[in-house]
Amino acid sequence: MLISTGIPAKEDLERVRPSAERLAKGPAAMVECFQEIPCNPCVAACARKAISMAGGINALPEVDFEKCTGCSICITRCPGLAIFVIDQNYSADFALVKIPFEYTPVPREGQYVQGLSRSGEELGWFRVNKVTSGGGRNMTNVIALETPKELSMEVRGIKVGGYRDGE
Amino acid sequence: MVEAEIIVIGGGPAGLSAAKAAASLGARVIVCERDELPGGQLVKQTHKFFGSEKQSAGERGIHIGEKLLKEVMENEKITLLTDATAIGIYEDGVVGILHRGSFVKYKPQRVVIATGASEKFLAFSGNDLPGIYGAGAVQTLMNVAGVKPAERVLMIGSGNIGLIVSYQLKQAGVEVAAVIEAAPKIGGYLVHASKIRRAGIPILTGWTIMEAYGDGQVEGAKICRLDDKWQPIPGTEQDVKCDVICLAVGLSPLTELCWQAECEMKFVRELSGHVPVTDKNLETTHKGIYAAGDVSGIEEASSAMVEGRLAGYAAAESLGYGQERAAALKEEARAELDELRAGPMGAKIRQGIETMESKGGKVYVNLDRYSR
Repeated sequence: MLISTGIPAKEDLERVRPSAERLAKGPAAMVECFQEIPCNPCVAACARKAISMAGGINALPEVDFEKCTGCSICITRCPGLAIFVIDQNYSADFALVKIPFEYTPVPREGQYVQGLSRSGEELGWFRVNKVTSGGGRNMTNVIALETPKELSMEVRGIKVGGYRDGE
Repeated sequence: MVEAEIIVIGGGPAGLSAAKAAASLGARVIVCERDELPGGQLVKQTHKFFGSEKQSAGERGIHIGEKLLKEVMENEKITLLTDATAIGIYEDGVVGILHRGSFVKYKPQRVVIATGASEKFLAFSGNDLPGIYGAGAVQTLMNVAGVKPAERVLMIGSGNIGLIVSYQLKQAGVEVAAVIEAAPKIGGYLVHASKIRRAGIPILTGWTIMEAYGDGQVEGAKICRLDDKWQPIPGTEQDVKCDVICLAVGLSPLTELCWQAECEMKFVRELSGHVPVTDKNLETTHKGIYAAGDVSGIEEASSAMVEGRLAGYAAAESLGYGQERAAALKEEARAELDELRAGPMGAKIRQGIETMESKGGKVYVNLDRYSR
């Protein structure tokens, strides 16, 4: 249970995951925010107004997947580091998962890193496709990770350090 | 004796916000801060804050603190004293301040008490061993002094402080063995919990610490499971190797000055102890003395900043400043507090405000806004 372990349950994730049909059309944000806390920067972050909170700042964010383009701006703006972007069409075998990252060292593009699940289990070595800095005061990096398609809904972190250069 | 318009005691988020608000209406303010470094807890909050844009949500606490401090320092109506401890508010209205070793007597027309809170301790065997810290101290070592505080930490308490400090320890390259929590549920924001969980830090709810052990310093801890009556379950003991045990088991309002000034105090569990009774301007029952931030009930820093603003505007207005603007500004601040406290995470503070009222204290609350 999320409330006793910090690991979101299947039912929690079902509520926020973009549908398979939607993912077939292109990248989309998955907002893994399940608790009504007073927080709303994600709403202002989205230029396309794809994220809304109908009931005030304590409401849960709702993503309009018709408007979301997977642009990833919201990832570094979420104070809870709870937003991920999934591109299921990256290549024939691989998806691209974008993950917020605030540890050092920061991996370099092309390096291989260990992907972690929501409970911190190692899921394998994946190639870092791109690292984007959130900028001076934001300071959150976004790591775009190439994962097998079937793991794109599982990989949500990377293990700090121990990175390997290309294979 | 130094005459003053407003003295703000405490240079943290509430105090600095109070000074800025009062000065913006034209009042002259003296802020006294006990530490050399003003900013209170903001100086070590490297994570991004929650709330709405009005409270600078999405900005890191350290940056919010820097901005607030810059505005205060640049304001010619505000004098900021550091290494300045308020040691008494006396019957004749004199506030005694020990400033860099010299005792100075001030006679202010208004006082805003924004002294914040202190960390609670926990009783267990071996809790006097070197290596047992409050989470705040560990955070200061890491984020202010730049000292790596440990190799492997056991964190006690899963409120926001326990979760955030665990995250920051991991960022500093320190291993966190586990976060243990006696209650069956995680106390802090679940996004913080998920963030450390996916970094591999286990969060064990329904567990407590039985003892710390070590030869001259902490070498480990014995932890065990609790049943639904909070009693240890025999046979569930586990050994955790660690060189630091971090306590994040709650905060107590620092109310000594309120007591000394004979403000009416009430015990309200949900506000974390004895707190001063305040009205809708955050004025205590001692006329001219206001209380803002954690001293009047433990809450998030975003709320402390809004409370500081409210008290600052009210204190300045009562001196005749900003008569045409103050009412609207105070109403705006109250609406922000209502909004921050409106969700399930604000339930405790809302309950605290109601308990205070039921005990005869007149704390401001707009119950209409909470009926949802």
